[in-house]
Amino acid sequence: MMELDEKDHGIIRALKRDGSLNAAAVGKAVGLTQPSAWRRIRRLEEGGVILGRRVRLNKAALGFEVVVYLGVKLAAKGQVSLEDFERAVCAVPEVQLVQHVLGVYDYRLKVVARDLSDFERILRRRIMTLPGVGEVESNVMLSEIG
Amino acid sequence: MQVDNIDRRLLRHLQEDGSLTMVELASRAGLSAGACWRRVEKMEAAGVIEGRDVVINHSAMGYAVEVFLRITLDKTQGNAFDEFTKAARDIPEVGAIQTLLGRVDIRMDVRARDLSHYQEIYKERILALPHINDVEALMLISEVKNTEALPL
Repeated sequence: MMELDEKDHGIIRALKRDGSLNAAAVGKAVGLTQPSAWRRIRRLEEGGVILGRRVRLNKAALGFEVVVYLGVKLAAKGQVSLEDFERAVCAVPEVQLVQHVLGVYDYRLKVVARDLSDFERILRRRIMTLPGVGEVESNVMLSEIG
Repeated sequence: MQVDNIDRRLLRHLQEDGSLTMVELASRAGLSAGACWRRVEKMEAAGVIEGRDVVINHSAMGYAVEVFLRITLDKTQGNAFDEFTKAARDIPEVGAIQTLLGRVDIRMDVRARDLSHYQEIYKERILALPHINDVEALMLISEVKNTEALPL
């Protein structure tokens, strides 16, 4: 774990608000010069706090209107291999997030789809056919805050 | 704006690596730097490309515990959603909050330094939120896949 001071936290907050900021703009937001902001960002990257930058696309403008969170229980624990399930589910292009969790479900998935009938197709053909899949619960996302 | 096949190709490369410079992107997509720049500019202006996000590793910052709460609200109260989300946003350890259509109404991420810190947040902040009917918790063991990439 890395020791972070107030300036580092400020840099992270500024970059979380807008990941496209360059070192000069980040420095301005937290009261540092461009070179010292640049050095701190480098340090956060090398320390594994900032893993990288990702482009944020407008899903709806590209035809993806539906986001669904799935809770998945594996059918027969012990008999199916977690690796088989994980390998197969990661290969589904519409699945953006696969999290192994502890609780009423074994896995949490996030799925993007063009519309509800596209989601139904993905659920039937890609999710329900995964090795070891048992009960699946779907929750359609209505809105996201923060 | 109509996105064509060349735009989609650019977006696929950008999704793979968000830190590409315009020159690198152009050469990967087989375009001239100028043509590439014009297309990216156009997609940014049209809001197809909304911006860039940094990917933060919270465990490297000392937040080792991540819990997803699935909350059902007391919907007999007309303003339950608004009052709940407004109060939840004020808890610094709460990350994304999503409203859902399904068996649960809200899901949200809570990050804590360790389990006793989580317990403190849960007892003192989460359970104090208004209009909660039921809370279900899933604790993250491992993240197997995490991408924002769309199947373009």
